Amino acid sequence: MLRVELQATRASLDVALTVADGECVALAGPSGAGKTTVLQTIAGLFRPERGQVVCDATWLDVERGVDLPPERRRCGYVFQDYALFPRMSAWRNVAYGIRARDRRQRALALLERFGLADRADHRPGELSGGERQRVAVARALARDPAVLLLDEPLSALDPRTRAAAARELTAVLHETGVPTLLVTHAFDEAAALGDRVGVLDGGRIVQLGPPAELSARPASAFVADFTGAVVLTGVAAPGPDGLTAVALDGGGTIVSTDTLSGPVGASLYPWEIVLEPGSAPSSAQNHLAAEVVSITEIGGRARVGLLAGQPLVAEVTVASVRALGLAPGTRVTATWKAAATRLAPR
Amino acid sequence: MSGGRPWFTVLLVAALTLALTFLVLPVVAIFVDVGPRELIASLDDPAATDALKLSLQTSVAAIALILLVGTPASWLLATRAFRGRELLITLVELPLVLPPAVAGIGLLAAVGPRGLLAPLGVSFTLSTAAVVVALTFVAAPFYLRQAQSAFAALDRSWLDASRTLGAGEARTLARVAIPSALPGLTAGLALAWGRALGEFGATLMFAGSFQGVTQTVPLAIYERFATDFTGALGLSAVLVCVSAALLLSVKLAFRAAG
Repeated sequence: MLRVELQATRASLDVALTVADGECVALAGPSGAGKTTVLQTIAGLFRPERGQVVCDATWLDVERGVDLPPERRRCGYVFQDYALFPRMSAWRNVAYGIRARDRRQRALALLERFGLADRADHRPGELSGGERQRVAVARALARDPAVLLLDEPLSALDPRTRAAAARELTAVLHETGVPTLLVTHAFDEAAALGDRVGVLDGGRIVQLGPPAELSARPASAFVADFTGAVVLTGVAAPGPDGLTAVALDGGGTIVSTDTLSGPVGASLYPWEIVLEPGSAPSSAQNHLAAEVVSITEIGGRARVGLLAGQPLVAEVTVASVRALGLAPGTRVTATWKAAATRLAPR
Repeated sequence: MSGGRPWFTVLLVAALTLALTFLVLPVVAIFVDVGPRELIASLDDPAATDALKLSLQTSVAAIALILLVGTPASWLLATRAFRGRELLITLVELPLVLPPAVAGIGLLAAVGPRGLLAPLGVSFTLSTAAVVVALTFVAAPFYLRQAQSAFAALDRSWLDASRTLGAGEARTLARVAIPSALPGLTAGLALAWGRALGEFGATLMFAGSFQGVTQTVPLAIYERFATDFTGALGLSAVLVCVSAALLLSVKLAFRAAG
């Protein structure tokens, strides 16, 4: 188990977190939120003003003057951009942390497990991005770590290898059975890799829970926005039929099944929005007149940028873009259900 | 480099031509004036061979000292942030701008027979050891400067990675930092060695010019040039060859290591 508590003036961090054995917690947040500083504190590469790190032993306790140097903390650290030693071959990189006599054999066995047996003698400069990432993970595991720390493990990969790398990494992380903490700026990455996701904003973890819970019940407008939802701001007040009415900034009123009042962020997912031509009436309770601003096709889907007082994004099929004859400038009505509208205080 | 104004390109080429001519002409002149026969003959002279041998011995000793002490010292200056760091760096680089005569006087005042450290029994003069002290003094800043900027330019995350993989700071320095900073370190080494081989003023004032004991090649050249210009030219040619060979071999060694 890993337990961390830290307060630092760098990034105004004030974080407390526990990660169970075999669990992977993903800390997600915008750049500058202090994600990397959390990892550095655990590894002993940064010393916060106050804090504790307890894993297989007490690694840091600022009050009691305990502060083990990085080499005495059993951390497997996968750095952003991997930090492979450029002048060493792949196997020497992996063997760097192994002190046993058969270090070469052990390093080769690890590389083989990652499907890199034939790349053992190549230097990092000769490896592809995906291969470098696997060497970095193998190197971090080589020292039999008590905790695994990963800094943006997928962001240096191109989009095509990312999905496969994420699957592989998830399998490896669960196999090791040690607490794993990874940080990323992308919510989808955090959701793909983490059993629990913590959203870091302004130096604090504003919400921590399973990724589905964060999407379904974002604790704040920031979390909602971060999970990829569309966020509309407005002021909530009790409305008809026991629903909550939100008077949107910039005009229009929508309703939600959530109960809240005062300034709120109303969030909904782009795929929950249905587009209808002109100003057609609809059974859904929310409809906003909007103008199409942009259309981006991704595979069979299209992201339609809308302006309805506030900007809005709808995700529809390419077929319905054709059927509705959508183009920039087209007037449409965006509709969705009251139950799809989640409210969070602002 | 095309599409620029032609007159400016002409100006650049002219500047480079002028610089090259000025810098290469004296070296070429030495070899034009000295035939291969004089070159061989000047090597036959025992005073010349003594000077050459002494120059190599003392410069190698000085370089060894500089590497041994200068590498960890520049590592500290490059990796730690502390108050007064800038001041320390300036002090370490001071000998770079010191006139050789001032360096010689300074060394006499510090570690000469009646110097600051003489009561402690630390004094050198008129000996081969004194030559090594003088060479170390003038050459060290060249290495320290380069080594420090080479270490400072290293990717911090390599060093962090080494630490998290169980290597202490000493092992990190030896296994990751020095191999990665090798281009900068060898450049500093070549500069310092070249400076040591050419050292003249401080050695003359501090160690004197005695054949076989303190008379390095530059001192031997100076002694001859009043009486035997051709001999001085021959010895100069030898020094040029040795220096050039040194520069080349250091560059090749670095390329092999890279």
